[in-house]
Amino acid sequence: MWGFVVELWDVLRRPSSVFGLGVLVFAGFVAGVVFWGGFNTALEVTNTEKFCTGCHEMRDNVFAELKPTIHFSNRSGVRASCPDCHVPHNWTDKIARKMQASKEVWGHLFGTINTREKFVDHRLELALHEWARFKANDSLECRNCHSAESMDITKQSPRASVAHQRFLFTGEKTCIDCHKGIAHHLPDMRGIPGWQ
Amino acid sequence: MSSGLRGSTPLNEEGPAAPMTPLRNTTEKEVRNYPEQPPVIPHTTQGYQIDMNGNKCLSCHARARTAESQAPMVSITHFMDRDGQFLASVSPRRFFCTECHVPQNVVKPPVDNDFIDIDTMLSKAAPGGRR
Repeated sequence: MWGFVVELWDVLRRPSSVFGLGVLVFAGFVAGVVFWGGFNTALEVTNTEKFCTGCHEMRDNVFAELKPTIHFSNRSGVRASCPDCHVPHNWTDKIARKMQASKEVWGHLFGTINTREKFVDHRLELALHEWARFKANDSLECRNCHSAESMDITKQSPRASVAHQRFLFTGEKTCIDCHKGIAHHLPDMRGIPGWQ
Repeated sequence: MSSGLRGSTPLNEEGPAAPMTPLRNTTEKEVRNYPEQPPVIPHTTQGYQIDMNGNKCLSCHARARTAESQAPMVSITHFMDRDGQFLASVSPRRFFCTECHVPQNVVKPPVDNDFIDIDTMLSKAAPGGRR
């Protein structure tokens, strides 16, 4: 076994006597493209609703809660799926989130929230994580679809129109400050600011 | 005999479903028909969660939230316990808003209504009108 490794290392160290430099560079380029495409495809597969709801923890809890909400079923049929809100769209933040997701893989393997009771116990902690993320990035994932500039407040109800002008356009609040619970059920809200 | 809600469909048949009626979504207060009437909700409340974990209505109508929301505070009666003592926060007996308060649909009532409001009652009660 060790002998094989030493032999392999010798082969890799020595310059090529069979293929020209251009061939090697081009082959390396092609292999890089293939690898990158494969890596990205695999990453994007983990970014689909089908993948997220593959775990019963997600499917039976938060996905079931999403179904009667406006982000799942509405007049126009434009809907948001799991990654639209929970995975940043730009590449660097997306990769950072994917690395954080290893914690979720651990949780799935070791059953951190694999029963309804465990999930409900953790719900507040998980919700706080998400709310903190939205606060930190100024509800960036909301703004992926809902543009404050394009928001036609003349088409909104009086309440919404006033609230958006007073708080959203002035930058005093961000979407998540008022719209908690828009997609999934709320955890125990005692002590959460802005909620009685 | 056909009732307004059912229409003219015979009892042993299923009639066509009526279309969904639009919800009223304003901020204007409605006149209450008698002083104790729980005011109707002028805006939509779809998806509002009111359960053991939280009360979405109170996120605007709680005392501490009214400065930001400019919404009417829950009436002081909601802070009273059954002995008439005032509590610091909303009493559990008044916590579930939609037990009494309802939003409105914009629709012509399908059934006749002969409810008489308190002003009409008062004007009838004594000769000479209102007390």
